[in-house]
Amino acid sequence: MRETKTDRIFLIGVKIMLWIALILVALPLVYIVANSFSSPAAVSAGRVLLLPVEPSIRAYQEAFSDPLIMKGYLNSFIYAAGGTLISVTLTIAIAYPLSRRTFFGRNVIMSLLIFTMLFSGGLIPTYLVVQDLGMLNTRWAMVIPSAIGVWQVIIARTFFRSTIPDELYEAATIDGASDLRFLWSIVLPLSKPVIAVIALMYAIFQWNSYFDALIYLKDPGLYPLQIVLRNVLILNQFGGTGSQDLAQQLEQQQLANVLKYALIVISSLPVLIIYPFVARHFTKGVMVGAVKG
Amino acid sequence: MSATFEVKPAPAAPAPAPGPTVRKPPRTSRRTQARRSLRRHWQLYLLVVVPLAYFVIFKYVPITNAVIAFKNYSPIKGPWGSDWVGFRNFELFFQNPVFWTLVKNTFLLSVYTVLASFPIPIILAIALNEIRNGRFKKTVQLVTYAPYFISTVVVVSMTILVLSPRLGFVNDAIGLFGVPSIDFLGRPDYFRHIYVWSDVWQTTGYSAVIYLAALSGIDPALHESARIDGASRLQRILHVDLPGIMPTAVIILVLGVGNIMSIGFEKAFLLQNPLNTAQSEIIATYVYKTGLLNADFSMATAIGLFNSVINLFLLLAVNFAAKRITGNGLWS
Repeated sequence: MRETKTDRIFLIGVKIMLWIALILVALPLVYIVANSFSSPAAVSAGRVLLLPVEPSIRAYQEAFSDPLIMKGYLNSFIYAAGGTLISVTLTIAIAYPLSRRTFFGRNVIMSLLIFTMLFSGGLIPTYLVVQDLGMLNTRWAMVIPSAIGVWQVIIARTFFRSTIPDELYEAATIDGASDLRFLWSIVLPLSKPVIAVIALMYAIFQWNSYFDALIYLKDPGLYPLQIVLRNVLILNQFGGTGSQDLAQQLEQQQLANVLKYALIVISSLPVLIIYPFVARHFTKGVMVGAVKG
Repeated sequence: MSATFEVKPAPAAPAPAPGPTVRKPPRTSRRTQARRSLRRHWQLYLLVVVPLAYFVIFKYVPITNAVIAFKNYSPIKGPWGSDWVGFRNFELFFQNPVFWTLVKNTFLLSVYTVLASFPIPIILAIALNEIRNGRFKKTVQLVTYAPYFISTVVVVSMTILVLSPRLGFVNDAIGLFGVPSIDFLGRPDYFRHIYVWSDVWQTTGYSAVIYLAALSGIDPALHESARIDGASRLQRILHVDLPGIMPTAVIILVLGVGNIMSIGFEKAFLLQNPLNTAQSEIIATYVYKTGLLNADFSMATAIGLFNSVINLFLLLAVNFAAKRITGNGLWS
């Protein structure tokens, strides 16, 4: 069927709108990257817009040679890897039984989990629990209190329920498999996509989180990257020992400016590199989560 | 509804069944079912022990710990041993001059967030749905989706850098029109706009995915017949697409309103500076300061509890209203 004239005009309008959206979202990202690759002097003069001016990797050298930043990077990797392992294991351990119709009381348990999404004790009561468990100022505080996400349980449960037929279980039982054996040898291999999705959700959440560190950690040696970033980027705590002459101070100041842009790029890089590869799976996960049930 | 669906009745027990002699009731009682299920599937019950312990310890124990809102918490006596003070913490908070400012700031910020971040993803999704599948569509989706993966700390830093009075490109841009540069983050009046629009920037692409899924679930026959009837693109959007995604939209709106008072601590806290606290101090940031910086645990808990209760109430009210009006709600 032919498009009418108004339809074509409408479509052009839609495309213009999408272009505007694209530019609005991309512009700040491009700006940050361009600045991070420019010379400190150009950045401090505000001469950079969309392309690097006097290209330089000075900021990156500085960032990668800063012990505090590298320590934060390492800590974040530890938290992301360890946290994801714990979270995925626990999520499957509860999501799988909840997906089985023969599991008695699954509706009660599900309601109990969902209730925690709607109502919580609050910041201080949770803090008290972490304190009583002796987790304050330990690495455990970063991975245990936020170990299981109800949303991820729902996603995993929905997946198990919709892709693992009961007949499969019955067949396995006849062959003598126990529940655990069935989960390990049949369900898990069939569930790689959903495991990948929830693992990624947890990893990114862990990589980006700073609030737990802010309240539970005191020792700078344990700080994840996000806390280091906050100190450098938002509180401006970087460099600048007072004993230098004026020229050096100016250079330090300029370096601190461009360093901020480089840090933003460095910290977002791991997530953004894997993102295009997993975006499609991620989208599926989001959609599953959006389905009631 | 629950476990009336035993896949098949337990086979004749290999060992003599414990308990009384075998009756043959038409239906087994729930208790018997539970016992059977436990015996046959004990491994499943074993699996959930640790995760359940997690929920009890980190979600339900804190709820009981919230009792210190009604106490004068003493670390030595613990949450349950401390002395009761009734509603004194709440009264003190309500009488505190900051009370209304906090409630107002929290409420306005949240309502503004919901109002701005509800329709825009729908518009984006519909626009994406209108153009044919192709590289352009994929690019727009990939790019708009990306900011969701950036951390709050980084988004806030980017916002600060981009809006910076001396170096940010926003001030350069308005400078072209002869407007003198503005210290956006130093002015309380701008705080809400900065908060909300940086949020929209970050989450629109992500939220649009859900609507795109809903749009792809609409029966193409509806579109086809609308076209045969001579409906224009715009008319089809209004009369086919929008009704089609209504159920999804309602759920998302209800969830949004449910969060209205629990608006992100993280971002407000990071964007906050001494110059803009007049509008940036919200209940969550105040709880943090009272509780962890001033160590007034009872007061902070009382304020947090007040917030959670209002939240829950709002969620239930909106869900009820949504169900009445549209027939869709969070739970059916």
